Amino acid sequence: MRLIPTPSQTAGPFFKFGLDRPEWADLTGGGKATGEKIRIEGRVFDGDHAPVPDAFLEIWQANAAGRYAHAEDRQAKPLDPHFRGFGRCSTDKEGKYHFLTIRPGAVPGRGNTLQAPHIAVRVFARGLLKHVTTRLYFPEDPLNKSDPVLGSIEDAARRQTLLGAADGADGAVKLYRFDIVLQGKGETVFFDV
Amino acid sequence: MSDVIGYERGRAGEDPPYLDPNYGSTVKRAPAKPLVRLEHTLTEVTGPGFADGWAGPDKTDLTRQGKSEPIGARMIVAGRILDEHGRPVPKTLVELWQANSAGRYLHEMDQHDAPLDPNFTGAGHVVTNDDGDYKFVTIVPGAYPWRNTHNAWRSQHIHFSVFGPGFASRVITQMYFPGDPLMPFDPIFLSIPEEAARNRMISAYDPTLSVAEWALGYRFDIVLRGRLQTPTGI
Ligand SMILES: [Fe+3]
Repeated sequence: MRLIPTPSQTAGPFFKFGLDRPEWADLTGGGKATGEKIRIEGRVFDGDHAPVPDAFLEIWQANAAGRYAHAEDRQAKPLDPHFRGFGRCSTDKEGKYHFLTIRPGAVPGRGNTLQAPHIAVRVFARGLLKHVTTRLYFPEDPLNKSDPVLGSIEDAARRQTLLGAADGADGAVKLYRFDIVLQGKGETVFFDV
Repeated sequence: MSDVIGYERGRAGEDPPYLDPNYGSTVKRAPAKPLVRLEHTLTEVTGPGFADGWAGPDKTDLTRQGKSEPIGARMIVAGRILDEHGRPVPKTLVELWQANSAGRYLHEMDQHDAPLDPNFTGAGHVVTNDDGDYKFVTIVPGAYPWRNTHNAWRSQHIHFSVFGPGFASRVITQMYFPGDPLMPFDPIFLSIPEEAARNRMISAYDPTLSVAEWALGYRFDIVLRGRLQTPTGI
C-alpha cells in the first residue's frame, strides 16, 4: 500500500514568527565545534536580479572529519558533540543571509566514490511552491575535480554556480560568498532530490 | 562503504510545478532551467535530529502564550507524521504558523486591515512522539486577502513544516479545512494537479478529537516521502 505524500506548498511571506531562529545561523555551538571556522554569506536574487527579502535558507553538512550527525552515517570517523550540521537563516531586506560554520570534511559518494567537501543548501520563499535545493562547494578544493555530482554538470559555467567565492577573511575566519540566483542569467544549478 | 538506500521521489501530478502563472509570485522566482537529477548520497539520506530537545521546549498550546486567551474558535489539531509506506516518523520536528482568527499574521509585512490579537502569535512547534503523533491547541485561522489578483482570498490554512529522517524527506505544506468554499478559487491549493493529492492537504473534522464545551477537533496526518525498498545503483 502506498499513501500519497502530502504535497509541498509555499512557505509564503509570513513565516518569520514561526520559523525564524537567528541562533540557528551559528552552527559552531558558540565556537566549541572542532575544525576550521568559516563564514558563508550571500544574497538570493529573482529573475529580474532583484533581491529576495522574504526567503529563508537551510543548510546541512558533515563535520570537520566528514561525518554526518545521523544514525545512518556509520563511518569510523569521530562525531563532534558540539556540531550538529544543521542551520537556518532568513534573508534580510537586501536578500542577504549568513552562516557561521565549520569547513566540512569529504564524505563518501555512491559506489566507491568520494564527494568533495560540500554543504547542502535549500531555499524556501513566497513564490516557491516547493523549495529549491543546491550545493555549496569550495573553490580551491582539489577533490572538486573528481566529485561525481559536480562532474554530472556538463556546462562549466553552470557548474561554477555551485562554487562559493573565497572573499577574504574576518580575522581567522575565511569568508565564502555564495549568491543564489533563482532564475535567469547566472541561474544557480538546482537539483532534483 | 555500501550504498545508501535513497528516498522515493515526488511524482508529477502530486507535487506542484515551480512555474504556475495563476500564482503570480512564481513567475520571477521559478527556476527556468531543468533541475539536475541527484542520485541520493549520504548527504541526502541524513538530516538533523531533534530527539534531544535541541529545538527547545515544545510549544503546543497557542492559546496560552499571552496574558489572556486569544479571540476566536478554539481548536485542536492533531495527527501523525507517516511515510508513504505507512510507517510512523518518531522524534521529528513539526513547526506551524498561522494567521489569527481575523486573518492577520503577526508580521511587519502583513498590512491586511484586520486586527492583531495581542494574545496570539500563531507560532508553535513540537517533536513527534515514538508513534509519530503530534497535537496542538490553537484558534481557527481566518481567511485573508492577498494581491495575487483583484479581490483574491486565501483559503483558511495553517502552515506546517516537517523534517522527517533525512534531508530528502523535508516538506513545508499547508493544512486546509474541509468544506472551505475558497479552496476552488485558491491558486496555491490548486497548484497541485491531482485531486487525490490536493485532498491530502485537507484536514478532517474529528468528533472524537473535539472536547465537549471546549474545542473543535481536526485531524491532519502528514505523509512524507518513504525510502526506496531496495538500494539503487552501485
Ligand atoms: Fe498563509
